[in-house]
Amino acid sequence: MNSEPLLLATPSGEELKLCPEGPWIAANVSMLETLSRSVGADVDQSRAVTLDMSGVSALDTLGAWVLEKLSRRASSSGRSTEFIGVADHFSGLMDEVRQVNRHTPLPTPAPNPVLLRLNDLGKSTVGAREDITIFLQMLGALCMAVIGVLRRPRSLRLTSLIYQLYRIGWQAIPIVVLITFLIGAIIAQQGFFHFRRFGAESYTVDMVGILVLRELGVLIVAIMVAGRSGSAYTAELGSMKMREEIDALSTMGLDPVHVLILPRVAALVIALPILAFIGSIAALYGGGLVAQFYGGMAPAIYIARLHEAISVTHFEVGILKAPFMALVIGVVACSEGLRVKGSAESLGRQTTTSVVKSIFLVIVLDGMFAIFFASIGM
Amino acid sequence: MGESQEQFAIRVRDLVVGFGRQTVLDHLSLDVRRGEILGLVGASGGGKSVLMRTIIGLIPRQGGTIEVTGRPIGGRTEGAATTWGILFQQGALFSSLTVRQNIQFPLRENLVLSQELMDEIAIAKLEMVGLRAQDADKYPAELSGGMTKRVALARALALDPPILFLDEPTSGLDPIAAGDFDALIATLQKTLGFTVFMVTHDLASLTTVCDRVAALADGKIVAIGPMRDLLQSEHPWVRAYFHGKRSQMLQHEMR
Repeated sequence: MNSEPLLLATPSGEELKLCPEGPWIAANVSMLETLSRSVGADVDQSRAVTLDMSGVSALDTLGAWVLEKLSRRASSSGRSTEFIGVADHFSGLMDEVRQVNRHTPLPTPAPNPVLLRLNDLGKSTVGAREDITIFLQMLGALCMAVIGVLRRPRSLRLTSLIYQLYRIGWQAIPIVVLITFLIGAIIAQQGFFHFRRFGAESYTVDMVGILVLRELGVLIVAIMVAGRSGSAYTAELGSMKMREEIDALSTMGLDPVHVLILPRVAALVIALPILAFIGSIAALYGGGLVAQFYGGMAPAIYIARLHEAISVTHFEVGILKAPFMALVIGVVACSEGLRVKGSAESLGRQTTTSVVKSIFLVIVLDGMFAIFFASIGM
Repeated sequence: MGESQEQFAIRVRDLVVGFGRQTVLDHLSLDVRRGEILGLVGASGGGKSVLMRTIIGLIPRQGGTIEVTGRPIGGRTEGAATTWGILFQQGALFSSLTVRQNIQFPLRENLVLSQELMDEIAIAKLEMVGLRAQDADKYPAELSGGMTKRVALARALALDPPILFLDEPTSGLDPIAAGDFDALIATLQKTLGFTVFMVTHDLASLTTVCDRVAALADGKIVAIGPMRDLLQSEHPWVRAYFHGKRSQMLQHEMR
């Protein structure tokens, strides 16, 4: 038995006799490809081709296909081809291989790149409209659920609400405090460092106070909540959708919006202002520590300056935004969760979309609030 | 030794497998002959899948030996793709690859061959399992249950392995699709001459395609032989399995 495959080509007159020998199996594929290519020219020149299979010691689909391809190459240009000496235990395989690859589908023409871009643009435009529709639908469904709860307060899922509050509020406090503390400290350090050149160090406190209370405290916390809790909502609802749990709820006559989404969004709307408050305080505290140790400002002076610099209005501007941001995060997270389809891949994609979209919307909303508050003079 | 190498595809001797304190397989021995279709039955949670996964090296064993095509199996899974193909219960197709890429995956990883030949082989395999070339560019998420199983079979057979493991191949298929799938396995087995180790609950598969059936109970193989012999078996669990109400009804209707 040969350990290497061979392909002997014996031309006799205008006929060509090909004798494959040895193991024609997948393990020897590179040799098989070389062999079949080497006799290609001979095949094209001859009138009739005979393949003598008697020397083949082992054959699998790949080997059989390489031989079949040779024979097809010959017969495609009108030559007669014949297999002889096919061993009994290979004949089934050879017959099978003769059936396959007969209907090669037409290769799809490469699309015009310009059209492709235009197509993408059109698709995303339509997609944006769909996104808005879904957002509004979810908002509407939530309003209906809220009205339902107002009519019959006992129908509120209190246990679920408390549990969600615990998860996204209470459990988020350590990380929120840590991050906002650091942000406050960094802003104060930058303020002292750059304002020192003008001798305006004391204005650092104004900057920290106004920036944190009006903008940064709530924005940073909202972004963190979108990343931490929004993604969790999407993944949870998405996997419930995948396992048909949401369909099960509907068939039992329960409204998934009422049972699953309202407690989650309500928990966010309650928790985010609280977290924003805690975060702002932590940021002011961080700023104060930097003022003491880096800026050489005594705590009493820091507090006194802060007292002068900020008013309740600044605090109100910040905290008023929080529930709206929470609503946006909750609605986006839940509607993306419900858009998950069968595969695990779509769960991942929807979770990413949810986080990206809610952070984007939070920032857009913040900008709109800034314009609004400026125009009403707050 | 030489003879056993010729005769047996898989030899399992005194296999012990357990998790924690629980022993799932207790000194189990099983021979699978070369070129046969062996069906394995057992209670749900009784260790059928554990046995299969231990043979293919996914679960560590606590004792005993396993020989596959005459070579003892260690903990490694290198070169495994050329020794056996596995059809997992849910297909286990790679969801980020198309059908074509899924079938080509073992070829690409184990062999050096041209893209043209790889494409042709993938289509050939796809047609051999009864699908069309048009299906090659679909993603696993777009396939029906029966198609998923067929693509998974095509991938398992990509390298023409001598042994094919099937984990409940007909579960989740309707009786027509299940029957077609059984027939497909029988045809391919005849054509390509591989050995099949099939874990199944499907009495129709056991009767129609399996050459022999092994019954696993209490961590041991309690009966093995052609279906006819198993129906005569006196073991209480085997009797309960094949002579329960459901089984009787099915067998009656098959006659």
